[in-house]
Amino acid sequence: MPMAASEIESLIKDAMPDAEVRIDDLRGDGDHYLANVVSSAFIGKSRVQQHQMVYEALQGRMGGELHALALQTSAPDAG
Amino acid sequence: MSDNPVNERIKTDIAQNDVMLFMKGTPVFPQCGFSAAVVQILNHVGVKFGSADVLVDPEIRDGIKAFTNWPTVPQLYVKGEFVGGCDIIREMFEAGELEQMFDEKGVAREAA
Repeated sequence: MPMAASEIESLIKDAMPDAEVRIDDLRGDGDHYLANVVSSAFIGKSRVQQHQMVYEALQGRMGGELHALALQTSAPDAG
Repeated sequence: MSDNPVNERIKTDIAQNDVMLFMKGTPVFPQCGFSAAVVQILNHVGVKFGSADVLVDPEIRDGIKAFTNWPTVPQLYVKGEFVGGCDIIREMFEAGELEQMFDEKGVAREAA
């Protein structure tokens, strides 16, 4: 079952309140998203750790009802 | 955790292959666009890699997700270390960091 972009955004913000989240619906089908997440919580974390933090925020939906979510994560003012 | 037979198989795969890709399908016939993208990048970079097709092996499919604490496939391991999934591999490749990592870890690359 597809997930709404707004639901993805609010789950991420619940876990990382300072996060700036931008969600693109890549195919307009409500099933293939790109999430760009910028948060100070990522400072000092590896890419793998940053993505794991987002997956944790999504509480197991990734790989389940959320089929395809490409992730771009970064700390503020970095890269 | 170490007495779990699936984890033991995953550990063996990772130990026996300097570059090990858990994917959907095979390098010749990937069954998923994300897996295909990683295969294409690895071929382009010129490293030899082992692969496991999670679609024919549901135990590994579930097991690798728990093992890595990562919800999706493909998953790339280099010298026993989890490097990332499709997004991270693509990002590293585009930044030139992937080749650098293989060189730093002493993984042989054939000239493309």
